[in-house]
Amino acid sequence: MSAAPNLLASGQDIQQWHLVCETRDLVKNSGVCALVESRQIAIFCLCVKGETQVFAISNYDPIGKANVLYRGLLGSIGGAPVVASPLYKEHYFLESGLCKEYDDISVTTYPVKVEGEKVFIGI
Amino acid sequence: MTSLDSKTQIVVVGNGMVGHHFVEQLHQSDANVEITVLCGESRLAYDRVYLSSFFSGASADDLALTTPAQYAQWGVSVVTNALVTDIDRDNKKVTTSEGQVFSYDKLVLATGSYPFVPPIPGNEQEHCLVYRTIDDLLAIEASAAVSSVGVVVGGGLLGLEAANALKQAGLDTHVVEFAPQLMAVQLDQAGGKVLKDKIENLGVTVHTQKATQSIEAGNTCRYKMVFADGTELETDMILFSAGIRPSDQLGRKSALKLGERGGIVIDNHCVTSDPNIYAVGECALWDNKIFGLVAPGYTMARTAVSHLTGGDAEFSGADMSTKLKLMGVEVGSIGDAHERTEGALSYTYLNQPEGVYKKLVVDSEQKKVLGAVLVGDTSDYDTLLQYALNAIDLPEHPESLILPSSDAAPALGADALPDTASICSCLNVTKGDIVSAIEGGCCSVADVKGETKASTGCGGCAALLKNVVDSELEKRGVEVSKAICEHFNYTRQELFHIVKVNGIRTFDDLLEQHGEGLGCEICKPAVGSILASVYNDYILKSAHLPLQDTNDIYLGNMQKDGTYSVVPRVPGGEITPEKLILLGEVAKEYNLYTKITGGQRIDLFGARVEHLPDIWEKLVAGGFETGHAYAKALRTVKSCVGSTWCRYGVQDSVGTAIDLENRYKGLRAPHKIKFAVSGCTRECAEAQSKDIGVIATEQGWNLYVCGNGGMKPRHADLFATDLDTETLIKYIDRVLMFYVKTADRLQRTSVWMDNLEGGLAYLQDVVINDALGINDELEAQMDTVVDAYQCEWKTTIEDPEARKRFRQFVNSNAGDTNIQFVSERGQVRPATEAEKVAGKDQFIPVAMV
Repeated sequence: MSAAPNLLASGQDIQQWHLVCETRDLVKNSGVCALVESRQIAIFCLCVKGETQVFAISNYDPIGKANVLYRGLLGSIGGAPVVASPLYKEHYFLESGLCKEYDDISVTTYPVKVEGEKVFIGI
Repeated sequence: MTSLDSKTQIVVVGNGMVGHHFVEQLHQSDANVEITVLCGESRLAYDRVYLSSFFSGASADDLALTTPAQYAQWGVSVVTNALVTDIDRDNKKVTTSEGQVFSYDKLVLATGSYPFVPPIPGNEQEHCLVYRTIDDLLAIEASAAVSSVGVVVGGGLLGLEAANALKQAGLDTHVVEFAPQLMAVQLDQAGGKVLKDKIENLGVTVHTQKATQSIEAGNTCRYKMVFADGTELETDMILFSAGIRPSDQLGRKSALKLGERGGIVIDNHCVTSDPNIYAVGECALWDNKIFGLVAPGYTMARTAVSHLTGGDAEFSGADMSTKLKLMGVEVGSIGDAHERTEGALSYTYLNQPEGVYKKLVVDSEQKKVLGAVLVGDTSDYDTLLQYALNAIDLPEHPESLILPSSDAAPALGADALPDTASICSCLNVTKGDIVSAIEGGCCSVADVKGETKASTGCGGCAALLKNVVDSELEKRGVEVSKAICEHFNYTRQELFHIVKVNGIRTFDDLLEQHGEGLGCEICKPAVGSILASVYNDYILKSAHLPLQDTNDIYLGNMQKDGTYSVVPRVPGGEITPEKLILLGEVAKEYNLYTKITGGQRIDLFGARVEHLPDIWEKLVAGGFETGHAYAKALRTVKSCVGSTWCRYGVQDSVGTAIDLENRYKGLRAPHKIKFAVSGCTRECAEAQSKDIGVIATEQGWNLYVCGNGGMKPRHADLFATDLDTETLIKYIDRVLMFYVKTADRLQRTSVWMDNLEGGLAYLQDVVINDALGINDELEAQMDTVVDAYQCEWKTTIEDPEARKRFRQFVNSNAGDTNIQFVSERGQVRPATEAEKVAGKDQFIPVAMV
């Protein structure tokens, strides 16, 4: 299992890595939510043909105004992984946090690190 | 102009296509009138345009345009076999041959026409027939059964259709035409020649320039036709199709003004020489012309309705362009086919080996299309007609419009048409009407047809309609492709087939073998539903879980604040006091908002995701099961109290509703399914608005299918009557499984039915007569699903791993602090954003459990 490499390379100023859970707590091709420093963070585990990637974005749906993104369906648009909000079905790109339907809306993304069985989020 | 008061009596004489259209239009105008229809035939209006389909198996019912029930619903009185013999214009009364008398304020003559039989000695014999009504067809059928050779007199449009009918009946068929060519009205000589060659290739012998002198006893056949040139033709039967004559006898008898060669004279408002009498259709003569096509007849009907109701529509002649397929040969004629306009020029294309002839007639400046003739290939018809009707400027090389398709041919796309372009001339639907229907929410050709009635007349504009609709939808970014999404290039029905035939049991396998990418929120739930319909596994099995919409994963409906609703099943709406108390206790304990649903059960709102398993544990322990309110599956079977308590009930509707609900609960389908069972014809359960409706009769049950309430209401169709319970369940099994197999994603049964080719009759044929031979399979499949039923909530609460999914945080037992309630009418409701900003003191604390 590997973290999405682009997030590590994104140059974000990571203050601290937080251990949030173990890999067995993640749900294949679906999401869970972690509470880190009062922030709700949706963590998605994407498994395609044996290869696993983990993504983390804010759990707050800026359009539906509720903490629900981790319960959205995962999918792809033109090969790029997305989650569809369970409320009104807008799509957020897991790699960039951008909203497909609205140019001016996005959600925060967080770097993820997997070491052995342990899953870390960088904030 | 006339205004109508509440007592205006409208009497319509004749119930052909045009007479019926008049009634329909007048009814829709909501004018305050009483309409009486006097119909000379034993049948109400039927579709004469498709008369020949009677020989290829269509029944009289298939051709029917209306039914007595529909007229009754409209409040229209109708009398069949009522041949009007007299009009008393002074006293405004009509009398029928049976002596019945009807008073009118306004009289509408829609008596149509009759076939012209040339005055040939011997034309009155038993097997000399005409081709006009369904009764004529029955007579032709009977005669053909005892004949081996048949002749049609008349090589016009109807004559060739009649010849086709004889050919289909297996007769050695001949066409005898007085003129030097076939279809002399519509085609030029060259076009007529190509048509003749094509038809002769199909085995029909064509004799042109033959004037019949007499019909005598035959030598080898029943009769012998003797022609003016001395030749003879042996035949067993003769069909006259030598043109029509207006049925103007009533006008003649009551001294209305007639044309020199017949026809009741009308003005631009379709008013005859008597201001209280209108004439429409083929009995009417406008500008010394009779219009023998349905479209101008419809226009006259609308004009008369407009005049009656104070409108100002005028009849101003009609475009007589025609496109049709005769014995498989395509023929089209537009405008000035004979180049009669002064200075007209033409382009022609002749492909003798393939039997294609095209002629384009243009004005002297080569700017506009005046007319066209097309034989053997009418694919250019729609485009040329639009050029002609809308006076669109011709492209630089007009001949490119009729040359075989090369890339250079400038196609006149639907986009190029002005909004005023008439797309369906029968029903007078313009491109603008179609655009506004789409703007109003129509998303398919079927929707647009339903909304505008376009293409429901002769059907000739179907292809053009589809072009306009597709182009408009594409403009709005609607994907017209049938593929379910970017990950699978298949329809739902095709995916269902692939899953079933290849025994595929997981989404990953299907995606790997037949799709691409990762899937999405469209294909995943659709495949989840298909897998559930085929195998009915536990939907939260780890392979299926990522497929489910959030509602299916958490087995509840997500509300706007991220909480869920809890809806236990209450089969048939019958519930014990103990269960009611339990619901109340659970709602109190978890501080849930309670509301009675339209489906006769109780909805508990505001459940936090982490409370769902505990709530359901208590409900399941008390005997409740999941209500599948979150699923595309059977929702409820509503019932009235039935014969057990009700004074009027004739069957136990509650018992049957409970049995049905327990049988079909858990059935995954393309969309939600609702049932209802009424205990008598008073229909208190509103079964006719449900996907499956059952209404008790003295003898058993009437089954209704494919109704819908909601956004687009549809009355259910009566599917079968007086069924015993066993047959009822069999039929429902088959209908539902056929729907599950064949419907599109998120297609309710009502829309499925509207799009099902052959409609109700086809579904009845499949389900009742086993036309596809699949009933055993459908029933077996339903049995598999029924046997595999499990309450998903029971399975979930018994599985500690599954319960782990129901928590807000993977690393904390805290709850979501963004969920806040305030009090309203003694219950909770979600706090608004403003209330959340305003502060905490008004919030109701989270239930501590």
